[in-house]
Formats: sequence, structure tokens, C-alpha cells
Amino acid sequence: MTIGYTFKTAVIGLKTHKSRSALTILGIVIGITSIILVMSLGEGMQNLILGQIQGQVGSRVIEIAPGKQPKGPSDFMSMFSDSLKQKDVDALSKKGNVPYLSRIMPMVFGSESAAYGNETYQATFYGMTDAAGSMYNLVVDRGRFLAEDDVKSYADVVVIGSKVKEELFANNENVIGEKIKIKGKNFRVIGILEKKGASLISFDEAMFVPYTTAQQYILGIKYFNHIIIEADTDEHVEQTVEDIKRTLRNTHDITGSEEDDFNVSSQADALEMVGTVMNIITLFLVAVAAISLLVGGVGIMNIMLVSVTERTREIGLRKAIGATEKNILFQFLLEAVILTGLGGLIGIILGSSLSALMAFILGKVLSLDWQFAFPLSGAILGFGVAALIGLVFGLYPARQASKKSPIEALRYE
Amino acid sequence: MMPLIELKNISKSYSDGDVETPALSDISFAIEQGEFVAIMGPSGSGKSTLLHILGFLDGQTKGEYFFGGKKMGDYSKEELAHVRNKEMGFIFQSFNLLPRTTVLENVKLPLFYSKIKESSWDRIAMDAIEMVGLAHRANHLSSQLSGGEKQRTAIARALVNSPQVIFADEPTGNLDSKSGGQIMEFLEKLNDMGHTIILITHETYTAEYSKRIIHLKDGKIESDKKVDHDHRRRGKDHFMK
Repeated sequence: MTIGYTFKTAVIGLKTHKSRSALTILGIVIGITSIILVMSLGEGMQNLILGQIQGQVGSRVIEIAPGKQPKGPSDFMSMFSDSLKQKDVDALSKKGNVPYLSRIMPMVFGSESAAYGNETYQATFYGMTDAAGSMYNLVVDRGRFLAEDDVKSYADVVVIGSKVKEELFANNENVIGEKIKIKGKNFRVIGILEKKGASLISFDEAMFVPYTTAQQYILGIKYFNHIIIEADTDEHVEQTVEDIKRTLRNTHDITGSEEDDFNVSSQADALEMVGTVMNIITLFLVAVAAISLLVGGVGIMNIMLVSVTERTREIGLRKAIGATEKNILFQFLLEAVILTGLGGLIGIILGSSLSALMAFILGKVLSLDWQFAFPLSGAILGFGVAALIGLVFGLYPARQASKKSPIEALRYE
Repeated sequence: MMPLIELKNISKSYSDGDVETPALSDISFAIEQGEFVAIMGPSGSGKSTLLHILGFLDGQTKGEYFFGGKKMGDYSKEELAHVRNKEMGFIFQSFNLLPRTTVLENVKLPLFYSKIKESSWDRIAMDAIEMVGLAHRANHLSSQLSGGEKQRTAIARALVNSPQVIFADEPTGNLDSKSGGQIMEFLEKLNDMGHTIILITHETYTAEYSKRIIHLKDGKIESDKKVDHDHRRRGKDHFMK
């Protein structure tokens, strides 16, 4: 008895009932297709989101927020506490405290309506410094970005996002130098940002003013909402996070991490968190798809049982001329595994084609930067699971076949 | 010389709930290598049951069965399958060929379960097919054959592993008398070549091809006689008509 010939026998067995075999594996095909689809789309979505985060904020950027790391709804309000002050910025700026710091920027933000003539627009405003331009990859379309002098002199200047420009000025293109009113105070427009499109932080709908001006004239506060720090190299990010924590604990007279009234997060943390969340979602969807595989497996078992009954004579004959129970078991098991394996293969091809099509549609229609990702791990997993299902659900019918008594089988009409 | 087959006080009964139905009781006989034995009897006489026991397809309730000097109870399930494959050939009344499969593939089937190398399967199978005169039909599907050709295919399948003994269970039962005669000629030829033939039949003229007839009645041996030459002639005449 040889594997090759057994394989051939099994294929012939399946070929004789083509339409039945095709219907049998439909459940497996659908299951594997959805798993591949979910995994591929999940990966594509993850790449898209991670790409946006990385594209928006440099990987060396570290964010310090007030309050401790929010762990529940009650912690949320602490994000707006006033624990970050100028003395923190001063302490962090010292080379002795944070040696790998390349730039530091205090930041305040809020939401305020801006007015020009009769037009008003509710926009997010950010109080920043000139460093924000490079830290957040902001590209100025016309005019200029905030300068160091603007910050020092509490200048009444504003850089606006493309959406803000459209809302307030419509088609009027002579915007630079015009004055818009924010909280009763006139701000001179010095720059318009290039349109960024859909992204996590909507810079198109934001206004940028010197943080000094924002603190003094818009918010009336002395503290900062965030402090942004850029490390000199990617390798030093982790060390810098530690240095920042140590420095702030020192200035805030805090002894242990439990009492922290600030939290420090790097780009890597954010990426990791998004990745984890996306993986959980993908896993959940895969689990749902796996249920259809289970249903498909039961279908296989059902059909194999019918097939075993139908082929009682064949089994009897094979036993009479010398097939052992093992031979018969192996033959029927192989048929089940070939069926499900084939279903898995079709599912992988179908799932990949569908997700490639989806990637194309998302890219063209929604103009997202969506890359088709062939989920190799998903394909291997899918094929393995399909074969395993054949093995598990084929075992019972194959055992039934192998246990048939040859005389009863030969008598069967 | 040790007999090929020896039965000692074999009994077989089927139990259906509380009711025991005896099929064979206290059967004893021996068959030597190269014999051509017909087992005869009316339906219900136990001849099929006897064939199943002789062919390792079923076990007895009581008694001992020696095949090639070894007690059947001493064989493992796997060994029984190997003996069936290597030492026994089966020919059935209803042919039992695989449907939608060619003559060649049908004849190759026993080789599949043997230890013979796959590279020589085609040659061995073709030799057997040529022997029954079906070489021109080798690649036809079994469903395209006439009854006689089907049974000749079954004979080729039975002898492809050159077994010691060939069991034929009513081999002419589904055939017209001309094809039936041909099949009996083949069995006679196989016997001349040295194969032991055990034939189950209820037709006297078929049984008369054999050299020895065992009559069964109600699960017991009624008679066990050698067939003389004249009687053998008579069986042939029936088919020649």
C-alpha cells in the first residue's frame, strides 16, 4: 500500500460525486474565506492607522500629560489638572536632567469659535511654539508658521488649517494678513496649512497660536495642557522617558510612581496600544468566522457518513481482498482531509482576491492609503485549520467505515 | 502432507436477542492443496456461512479452523487481512467490481493492499487480464462490460496475487448458461494450474465440474463424495447445450 495510490483512490472517490463534494466543502470555503478576509483587512487597517500616527508625529516625540495614566472614567478629569508648569519646562530643559532632549515645547489647547465678518467657525486651537511645525509634520501652504519671536512677544498671530480657511473665507484667496476674532481678540492670519485629509488628529480643522498668547488671552491660565519633548535619536526615546519621569518626580516632590500627577507616553507606546487593540478586534472577528468552519466540519462529517453507508459494498469488497481496518480508515480520512484542504485552498484564494479587491476599492473610492496585505500567517493557519477539521470530523465516519464487517457489507444491496 | 484447510467440529449460530439460530453444527473436513471442491445445498443450508468462515470473513462459534496448519484464532486481525490478500481469492455471485473504474484498476485492487511494489502492478494485473482473455477490454469501465466479462474480471482480480485458494460463491448465478460455462472452464483451468478451488453452488451441473462435492443440509454435512469422470463430463454437457 502506497501513499500515492491511496491519494489517487481518494481523489477518484471524491470525483465520482463532484457536485456533492463541492457542496460539502462550501462551508469550509466560506469559513476560510472570511478568516482570510478579516485578517487581511485587519492588517491593512492596522497599517493604515499606524502609518497615520507615524506620519503625523515623529517617532522621537514624547508627550507629557497632567494626571496619572487614566485607568478608568474617574481618572479622566485629572487629564485637565494644572500640574504641568513653567518650572517643569525649565527643569526638563536642563541638560543634566534630560541629556538626550533635543527640543521641548509646552502646549495648551481648547475649543473656541473664530469669526471673520459674518462667518463663525468652532475650531480646536493649539497654543504651541515654532517647534510644532516639524514635530507634527505640518506643511505650510501659504504664508509662514509660528516663529520664536511670536512666542516671546505674545504675538496676536494665528496659523489656520485648510478647513478653517474654507469655512471663514470661502473662496477669498487673500487671507494672509486678514484678522480673525477669537474670544473677542483679533488675530492676524500669518499662514495656511496644506490640506492633510482624513487623519487621527484633524489638523485641517485646527488653529495654531503661540502658547504664550493662548495662555494669556484665550484661556487665562498659567499651566500647560501638555509638554512635548523630542529625543535626539530613536534609540534614546526610552531612556529619555525615564529621565523625564525622574525629573518631574523631583520637581513635584513625588517619591513613587503611584503618586505620579503626570503621565509620559512615547510614540512607541501609542503604536503598541493601537496595535494591541487592532489585534484584539481582528482576533474576535476571526473567532466569529471560525464558527462557520465548525459548521462546515459538521457538514463534512454528515456527508462522509452518507458516503460510508453508500459505499458499504465497496468497503466490504476491499476488506475481503485484504484491506485492513487501518487501510480503510486511512482511505476515508484522506478523503475528508483532501476535501477540507481543497476547501481551505479555495478559501485562501477567494479571501485574498476579495481583500485585494477591497483594498483597491478603499484606495480608489475613499482615497485612503490602503495597502493590500496578503496574510501569510492567516493562509497557513487557514489551511492548517481546514486540514485539521477534515481530520477531526472525518475520523468518526472513517472509523465507522473501517469497523464494517465484510460479510454484512457484501450482503448489502 | 498437512492439509491446506482443516475444520474440526465447527459450529456457528447467530443470536438475535434471546433466540439462537444455528447455521452450522459440528462440521469437520479437510481440503488438500490443489483440490476442486464444491459445497452444495439448498438455500439456508449454511453453505454461505461456511464460505465466510473458510474465507476468514467471519468467525465460528465453536470448533477449530486450521489454515495452512495455523489455527485461525492465532492470527491477529491484521494477519487475517494479509492472508486474505495473499493466499485467498474471492469470486462473488454479484461480481462486486468497483463502479466507474476500469477493468485494469479493478484487477489491481488486491495489489494495492499487498507488499508488491507499485511499479510492477500494471504488468502483473495485465498478465491476469490476458489470462481471462480481456486484454482488449483492460481500459473499459466495469459498467461497460457484459455479465460474463464482469465475472472474468473478478476472476482476474482473484488470481492477481496468485493465491493458494480461490473461493467462488455462486459464480454463475447471475450469468446465462454460455457465460456460465466459460467461467466454469476458467475455474477448471485455474485448478489445473494448481490453485485450490472451493465452489459454493446449488446447481448440480455447476458442481459437477469439481472433483469432490460436499452436500450440506440444515447446517450439517449430508455427504462428502468424489466426483467420477462421467459426472464431470455431464456438467460440461449442460453448458454446451
